[in-house]
Amino acid sequence: MMIEFPPFAFFYLAALAAAVLPRVPRQALMLAVPVASCAALLQLPSDLLVSMSILDLQLEPLRVDRLSRLFGILFHIGAFIGIVFSLHSRDRTQHVAALAYAGSALGAVFAGDLLTLFVFWELLAVSSVFLIFASRTERSFGAGMRYLVIQVISGVLLLAGALILYGQSGSLRFEHIGLTGAGSMLIFIAFGIKCAFPLLHNWLTDAYPEATPTGTVFLSAFTTKVAVYALARGFAGTEVLVYIGAVMTCFPIFYAVIENDLRRVLAYSMINQIGFMVVGIGLGTALAINGAIAHAFNDVIFKGLLMMSMGAVLHMTGRINGSDLGGLYKSMPVTTTFCIVGAASISAFPLFSGFVSKSMVMVAVLEEGHPVVWLALLFASAGVFHHAGIKIPFFAFFAHDSGIRTQEAPTNMLIAMGIAAALCIGIGVWPWVLYDLLPFAVDYTPFDGSHILAQIQLLVFSAAAFAWLKVAGIYPPELHSTNIDVEWLYRRLAPRWVQQTTAASRRAVDATSRAGEGLGRNLMRLVLHHYGPDGTLARAWPTGSMVLWVAVLLGASLVLYYL
Amino acid sequence: MISEQLPALQVVVPLIAAAFCLVLARPLGAWLITFAASAASMAVSFLMLNTVMDSGVIDYTFGGWAAPFGIAYRVDLVNAYVLMIVSTISTVVSVFARASVTSEIETHNQGFFYTAWLLCLTGLLGITITGDAFNLFVFLEISSLSSYALIAMGADRRALTAAYQYLIMGTIGATFILIGVGLLYALTGTLNMLDLAQRLPDVANTRTARTGFAFLTVGLGLKIALFPLHLWLPNAYAYAPSAVSAFLAATATKVAVYVLLRFVFSVFGVEFALGAMPLALGLAILGSVAVLSASTIAIFQQNLKRMLAYSSVAQIGYLALGVSLATPAGLTATLLHLFNHALMKGALFVALGCIAWRIGSSRLQDFAGLGYRMPWTMGAFVVGGLSLIGIPLTAGFISKWHLILAALEKGWWPITVVIIAGSLLAVIYVWQVVERAYLAKPPAETSRAEAPASMLIPAWLLAIANLYFGLHTDLSVGIASRAAASLFGVVP
Repeated sequence: MMIEFPPFAFFYLAALAAAVLPRVPRQALMLAVPVASCAALLQLPSDLLVSMSILDLQLEPLRVDRLSRLFGILFHIGAFIGIVFSLHSRDRTQHVAALAYAGSALGAVFAGDLLTLFVFWELLAVSSVFLIFASRTERSFGAGMRYLVIQVISGVLLLAGALILYGQSGSLRFEHIGLTGAGSMLIFIAFGIKCAFPLLHNWLTDAYPEATPTGTVFLSAFTTKVAVYALARGFAGTEVLVYIGAVMTCFPIFYAVIENDLRRVLAYSMINQIGFMVVGIGLGTALAINGAIAHAFNDVIFKGLLMMSMGAVLHMTGRINGSDLGGLYKSMPVTTTFCIVGAASISAFPLFSGFVSKSMVMVAVLEEGHPVVWLALLFASAGVFHHAGIKIPFFAFFAHDSGIRTQEAPTNMLIAMGIAAALCIGIGVWPWVLYDLLPFAVDYTPFDGSHILAQIQLLVFSAAAFAWLKVAGIYPPELHSTNIDVEWLYRRLAPRWVQQTTAASRRAVDATSRAGEGLGRNLMRLVLHHYGPDGTLARAWPTGSMVLWVAVLLGASLVLYYL
Repeated sequence: MISEQLPALQVVVPLIAAAFCLVLARPLGAWLITFAASAASMAVSFLMLNTVMDSGVIDYTFGGWAAPFGIAYRVDLVNAYVLMIVSTISTVVSVFARASVTSEIETHNQGFFYTAWLLCLTGLLGITITGDAFNLFVFLEISSLSSYALIAMGADRRALTAAYQYLIMGTIGATFILIGVGLLYALTGTLNMLDLAQRLPDVANTRTARTGFAFLTVGLGLKIALFPLHLWLPNAYAYAPSAVSAFLAATATKVAVYVLLRFVFSVFGVEFALGAMPLALGLAILGSVAVLSASTIAIFQQNLKRMLAYSSVAQIGYLALGVSLATPAGLTATLLHLFNHALMKGALFVALGCIAWRIGSSRLQDFAGLGYRMPWTMGAFVVGGLSLIGIPLTAGFISKWHLILAALEKGWWPITVVIIAGSLLAVIYVWQVVERAYLAKPPAETSRAEAPASMLIPAWLLAIANLYFGLHTDLSVGIASRAAASLFGVVP
């Protein structure tokens, strides 16, 4: 019997190989890896648990069940599309990072225990940050560092929580956790950070828009979806998630409407979409979980499609602000079409993929008796249509003519967008293909009269509102501005506070060092004096003094042994 | 039957090969002999390890003379394990040595170089395998004298001074050991270790026994390079030829630690050596100081060979800490680290040798951009460095983990603090190299220029071993814990 080859191993090996291969074989390898790995995944039995013990810990580095398999397939699709999209790039760093990142995401969803999950959780952070650094600007470096710090904190919380749970139960298995104590609380917050819970979300809107045009496509596919998977596995049916999710769907709308950087608009809309998934997970019924998971599946594809279309615009024009763009449909008609398909999907037009999954969550919310939450989600749906469905294509490709004349995006980008667009429509028309993969049996028909009617009404009125606001001149114009979000706390307030404190402490230190002497400096001088390159302890000693030491030690041991 | 002669072959094969080497004195032939003899000893040591694991201790008497009169070899799990380490390292490093020696040592000296190498190997294997205290001293001198010669062949002129200092200190150490063995002989009338172990308890409370113990421990402390008797080591390792640094760093101090264990546990007995005598306390204090102080010094070193040498002094501190716990768990950790440290220092020194071969320097400032010029070499270096720090999934983590567990089991939590602080200091000195090699601006002209495969393959073999034994611990931990148990007399 062949040993089970874990999916992440393909990607890690490929990342190693990509680090040394020249361009053309590297491209071939990158295209082959997701295909081969996905084929291998489909060969694995549908219920599989590989366990091993390291240092008396029972670990399960590979667990396949319906939930992890679905995410596994999803990540392979996402990785393949992202790779096709980035194929033209000559940047080796990005290729290696993207492969390692996809591998880490796969490792995380197939992790059967919390320690393995932690390892991949951190690897996700470390590998993905290079996609942000790869922009090679000062802004991207700062954003990347902030991103890394927050992600690593999330990992540390996860580890701490896992250890507490291990202390209580003696098991590291990653099963349903539920909010029961300090350990589970820490894990919940760790997942929450990666999932961009409100107030913990800023790393996402801060860092994703700073990544490279191709890097953002990968980023939007993996990190948050791993967190959604982890929540679905560990905290399904935790009621507080319903309310957290509802807030997540609503608040980004406002930011998205006034934001000028179109990729940042998409980042906000990503939080909004994750909100729908979090609500579904919080409800915990079979329908809700199915809806949440299906929506995660669709979100990777249509959000990827939108990110790709904006990436293509950025790649071709070098600009991404709504105020600088417009009229691009003349020179990039194919990209425009694909962008509209993505916009229709995220806005949940019937026969597009968003519709078949979002409505599942909405129905589940009503079934479970949360009318207020349902209204919030309804508002959010209208908002999505507003900022992602209309604003993105409108300002980029239509609106006023910015005078930019460029060419259609490179072929590989178009192919990648084409694949994603085909999936959006395919799943929208034949949702049963996706439903069959879901963790629970689905008896839900998306295309019944009331669903379609409600959605069409919503979309029409929302469109009408946009048109009216725009004509009446009330719609917030696209401006160069900085919109203050909670990141202000740590990017402005905290540094200011730290500056003031350090200034105060510096004054105090100056005072003491004037009064006495620079204590720290002296300590360092002391260390250097003894340990430095020419320090007492590091110097080459004359033989005589070595012998002296021998004598001293012999004398000492003789005295000690006689005592 | 040849299998009954294995203990003799273990020592005789490299000894005779050394003679051939001397006669031949041609570089390529001498190298071939060295490699073949090392590989043969490796095969012998694995066969013996296998036999000992299956059927227990092997006793071998030379020429059929029974123990107290003739020289007896006695192979149990502990020395079979150390023999395996020494012969394997010698084989792997000798592959690397060919190209390295060609570039660092003049052609007419290369024959002598390999002769000295084989003699050194003979000595190290002999020390480990023998069951006779005086025979041990003889082999100790063989290995020491040949290693002075090996070190003196370093290209740097300071190699001569370093070798001279090592000679003085090594001779003092050996003399102390001889005095210690002599005192024991005067007291018991035997040199066989088994007989010594039987007769010593009756006379343990005499001054002679205690003085003998003091001379032995201080002498061995010198050979081990236990802080503050380590002063000969940094220069010796720094200025020796690259291959010698790798070989000695991975084997010489390990064998000395083995001798300490042999005397403490098998000859004097654990009740006397670690109970009645305050040796455990001394080892704990000196080991802790070694870990902290030598790691701090390593941070400030600009010559990476010196940095690794100081790091070795720190690692010896860990070994001493494991012994000082005087528990089977602590001893397991020491034996485990003996093996894992040989792997990590072997990998690091071999990688450093590749770098020296290519850029002719091992100074930190010349490392800028090396991660791109020599990606494979630096890859191996980084793996070794991670293992040295003790990152999970590397061999170094396993031994530190066991050491921490043993310290906690005994309730000596300050030791745990020392171990963790030592690891943090290791992070600093390893990171310096990584930072310089990968992040610093490289000099203007940078093209890919790797070391030859004959050097890279040993480096990666050792690096992969670091990873392998970080994941599959059954083999290393299994043997180490059984060996520790046998030293405590629990099993066989």
